[in-house]
Parts: sequence; C-alpha cells; structure tokens
Amino acid sequence: MDLDFSAEQDAFRAEARAWLAANVPAEPLPSLETEEGFAAHRAWEARLAADRWSVVSWPEEFGGRGADIFQWLIFEEEYFAAGAPGRVSQNGINLLAPTLFDHATQEQRARVLPSMATGEVIWAQAWSEPESGSDLASLRSTAVRTEGGWSLSGQKTWSSRAAFADKAFGIFRTDPDAGRPHRGLTYLMFDLRAPGVTVRPIGRLDGKPAFAELFLDEVFVPDEGVIGEVGQGWRIAMSTTGNERGLMLRSPGRFLAAADRLAADWRAHRDPAETAVRDRVADALIGARAYQLFTWTNASRFAAGETIGAESSLNKVFWSEYDIALHETALELLGPEGELADGEWAEGYVFSLAGPIYAGTNEIQRDIIAERLLGLPKGRR
Amino acid sequence: MRFLLTREQADFARSLDAMLTAADTPAVVRAWENGDHGPGLTVWRRVAEAGVFALAVPETYDGMGLLPVELVLAFRELGRHGVPGPYVETAAAAVLLAGSPDLAKEWLPRIAAGEAVVTLAEEGGYALDADAAEGVFVLGDRVTGASAGSAGELRVSADTARRLYAAERAGDALPVSPESLTAARELAMLLTAAQALGVGDTLLAQTVAYVKQRTQFGTPIGAFQAVKHRLADTLVGLEFARPLLYGAALSMSGPDIAAAKVTAGEASYAAARTALQLHGAIGYTQELDLSLWLRKARPLRDAWGTPGVCRARVLEG
Repeated sequence: MDLDFSAEQDAFRAEARAWLAANVPAEPLPSLETEEGFAAHRAWEARLAADRWSVVSWPEEFGGRGADIFQWLIFEEEYFAAGAPGRVSQNGINLLAPTLFDHATQEQRARVLPSMATGEVIWAQAWSEPESGSDLASLRSTAVRTEGGWSLSGQKTWSSRAAFADKAFGIFRTDPDAGRPHRGLTYLMFDLRAPGVTVRPIGRLDGKPAFAELFLDEVFVPDEGVIGEVGQGWRIAMSTTGNERGLMLRSPGRFLAAADRLAADWRAHRDPAETAVRDRVADALIGARAYQLFTWTNASRFAAGETIGAESSLNKVFWSEYDIALHETALELLGPEGELADGEWAEGYVFSLAGPIYAGTNEIQRDIIAERLLGLPKGRR
Repeated sequence: MRFLLTREQADFARSLDAMLTAADTPAVVRAWENGDHGPGLTVWRRVAEAGVFALAVPETYDGMGLLPVELVLAFRELGRHGVPGPYVETAAAAVLLAGSPDLAKEWLPRIAAGEAVVTLAEEGGYALDADAAEGVFVLGDRVTGASAGSAGELRVSADTARRLYAAERAGDALPVSPESLTAARELAMLLTAAQALGVGDTLLAQTVAYVKQRTQFGTPIGAFQAVKHRLADTLVGLEFARPLLYGAALSMSGPDIAAAKVTAGEASYAAARTALQLHGAIGYTQELDLSLWLRKARPLRDAWGTPGVCRARVLEG
C-alpha cells in the first residue's frame, strides 16, 4: 500500500501545471450558464484541445493523450488548483464519450469524438421526462422506425445547457410492447437544431437558463445515430450513469481546490471566537482529503482490473452533500457579502444545491447502497 | 501508487479476525468489566503472539519496527471484536519509551512479547485499565512513570469495560525526548481512530443483520426506506473514514492523523446512534451484546483527541 507517484506521473503533473499557469485566463470567464459565458467557455475548450488537454484520458487518435486513471486524476487536481474555467463540454465528455468507447462503432467514434474534444460540438443529455424522473424507466418519448432511421417524438426535460448546446443524447422507447419498462429502450444521438426540435430554456433557482425542456415532434435520426443495439438502451445508459456518479463527474481536484480556497478565506478573515465556523472549515479540508483518498482507492482497484459498481453511489452521496456544506460555510464566512448574487461563492453555491438531485437523486443512491452494498430487501420506493 | 492493502496485509487482518472470533470476546469483556483480567490477559498474549505489539517496537528490541498500516489493521480488528484492555496505550508507550535507550531496553522486549501490560495517560486525565498494568506513564510537561499497585481508586467509565484511574505525576521525570512524546500521542490518536472504525463496522454489521430479521407490519424493517437510508448514511460515514486512516498511517503526519481521528470517531459514534435507534428498546439493554460496542463508541470518539482538538490540529497544517 502506498501513495507514491512515479517519476513519470510527477513529470505529467509538472507539464500540466506549466501549461495551465501559462494559459488559464487571468480573469474568470462569465458564467457558463449564460449565452455569453457559454461562448467564452466554448472558446476555452478549443484552447485546451489545441494542446491536447481537453480530453487527456482519450486515445491520441481522438485528441487525447491516452492518460490512465491516475494521470487523469493528477490533471484534474492541477486543473482546479489553477482556477481554470468550468468545462462546458462535461456532459459529452463524461457521459456520452465513455458510452461511445464501450458501445459505439468505430465510425461513430470517428464522427463524434474529435468535434467533442475541440468544443466545436457541445452535447446535452436528454434523460428525464416530465413524468419520469427517478423512475426513469417509465419514460414515454418514442422512437418509431422509419425509412433509413428513427422518428423521435415526446418531451425531455432538465437537459443541462441545452439552451446553447448543439446536439443531445438520450434513451427513447422503441418497443412499446416489450414486457418490462426497462426493455424496448434505445440509446440515440440527435441534433438539437433538426426540424421538429423545440428548445425551451428553464431558469434555474438563480434565474440563469442552466437547463431546458426539449419538445420533439417527429424528429428524424438516421440509423447511425443509434448507439449499440436497438432495445438495449437501458443497459447502455446505466453504464454511463455509473460513470456520472462515480469517478468521472466530480473529481477530487475540484473539492481540494475549493477547500483550500475556503481555508485561505478563513485565515484571512478568521474570528478566533467563532469555533463553530472553524470546525466547518476543518471539515471541508478533511472531507476533500477523504474524497481524494477514497478516489485513489477506487483508481487503484480500476488499475488492478476490478470494476466499480454500486460503490459509485457512496461517492455520489458523499460529494453532493459535501459540496453544499462547503459552500454554506464559505457564504457564512463572507458575512453580509455572502448574500450577494454575484459574490465569489454564489454561483458555486447555487450549483451545489442541485448536486443531491441530478445524476440520480440521493434517495435513489441510498436505496442502491442499502440494497446492493448492505443486502437489505427491496421495498416500495 | 497502489492505495490498496497488499495480500499480506489483508491476510494479517483476516488471521487476527479468525483468532478473535474464536476468543468469545463478549465473555472476555464481561469478565474484564468486573475486574477479572484472566480471560482478557489470555487474549492479550495471543494478540502479542500474532505480532501486534512488535509492530510498534523497533527491531533492536525484538520488534518489527514501526509499521503503522499493519497497526491500523490490527487495531481495527480489536475494535471490531470489542477487545478490552489498554492496547492503544501499550503501543503508544512503546513509541514513547523507544526514545530512551535505558527505558527501551527495560520495557520494549517485554511489551513486544506481550509480557508487559502498560498504560499511559495525560496528566490530570484517567489512566485506562491501570489495575491491569504493571507500568503507568503520565504525560505532561514532563513524563513520569509509576509501577504496579499504585493505581488508586477505580472510576467507572460510561463504557464499563474501560476501567479508569486518576493519572497523577509520580516520581522523577523520565528521560524521553519531546519527539517521542509527540510520536506517542500521535500513535495513540491514530490507533484510537482505528479501534473506533472497527467498533463502527461491527455496529453497522450487527444492525444490518438485525433489520433483515426483525419483522413489523408483516415485513422485515430493513425494507423500509427510513431504515435503509439511515444505514446507507452510516456506511458512507465509515467508508470515507477508512482511507483517511490508511493515508494517515502512510504519512504519519499530525494533521492527517487528526483528520482520521475526528472522521473515524464521528462515523463510529454515528453508527452507534443508528444501531441503538434501529434496534429499538432491545438495543437499550445491557444484556444484548450490542451494548459492548454501543458504549465504546462515545469514549473512543473523544479519547486521545476530541473532535474539536483534532479539527484545530488539521487547520494548524
């Protein structure tokens, strides 16, 4: 058991750090939940891609560096420590790309991945529907067989950044007569600007159009938009959501950097009498370290050829609760400034509030932990 | 980077688990809390034979050098099995005394062999199980030591298996270095954290077993979401404490140890609250063996570094 980096890993870290130091914008970009900010973040993706830093874990042929899981975690630590911008392409990179690597044809990978790596095409997810949230398998949007492809109809919602994105991926019901709700679903990619698509932005809690509803009226998708086998969409999507909850979406680097920033704020403004705040600042540092070490354990298991299954639900519950607690502490530390909508931690706080809801609510995660990790009997949800 | 136990380390923990499972520790605890040290000292010798104390003793004195990861594994097993006795204190004393060649020669080979039971405490605090120890070391601005028979008056802990005696300085200052004093305190903190984690693991396991077989409203109570979610949160707490312990054992840095202590202590205490609540009234009885672990969680959370002390230490960096 060790926590030692190899010389090669140290060199990779140094290279990433040097590039970030030279390239991260001095001033923060506008919020990526706005049209202006979205464009600025798209340009940042191109800059990352130009020097092959946008998708380090992908194979070189698609714009990556073939980085292993350890290098990816190192890159993420450096990325957040450098205060680099949020990743506007994250849904494509974290959700769709792993699905393509596991289930798509080589033609699909060659067609989709390079433009994702540069930010030229930005992908939105289309999972939830108005009547299908936690009970996702009950979804009703349909894909009907048509000449040379499929015709999509129905309504998707909570589609992150779909107001500005280019394309979307999701699952649709292709066989309404399949015996069980999980069967008869198919994983499809479609163009958000195709005829029949209407995108209605939804203001999140702070009013920014961070997600959208999608109305689909006989939207044509050619056969090459289907990922994997027709009817296998649920199984394919679940392999993606495992990534979302697990390692890929929230790397420890994000929280290590935020906790360090919080501790620096506390040192600058500390009131020695306020031991309650002091304790919560300490908890932020401790939690970030715990999450980092938990992740190194999982990365070591990956490297040893194991797979991470229901354990990813432990991750999701932990980081989502942690993120809110950290931001609450930061706002408290700011005093009267903490209320300001454009304050230093305001956007992060609003974003953190969604954490226990998206990527499978924490209630669903706790059911998974209880049933699959502790072996408790299934009950009514 | 391979942040996983080696096969040897996992095997070591498994063999201790098997040995302690066969030792009927609940009966040992019940004897110990009544002042009958016999069965407990039998376990002590077996633990020593398994090499546990040697992990805290340098090779020069018949030990294996300081092996913190293996110690953490061993103390987690001691916690899982609720083993009574001043194990943490004896291991920490080994590190303290290693700082003085004369004291090391006198005590360490016998500690490694399981022949010497010793305890140590902060001055003004309580020495754990001093009535079972042949040496009591008291830590303060100077370190003093007293031998057996001077334990004084028993104070009963909330965990009746922890027998406490006022720790007062006795005799001349011992020639131990400030570094070994710090190292002893930090090892006590780390191993208390490991023991607490083991206590929490057992409380969770026993409660999971209970809610699967306890039926109300015609169904096992473990099928109810209120019950499931509380147990899920308990597991989250324990699983994120675990890597902090291993990480602290690898670095042996003060802030890392403090982080592990507060997290394991809180997770274990939360497991105790969950265990009590989900067992209901039967869990609130002395009779049920669960009580042996329930009563331990709170003292271990606070021993050798309360959560407040640990959090302050983390921020000192």
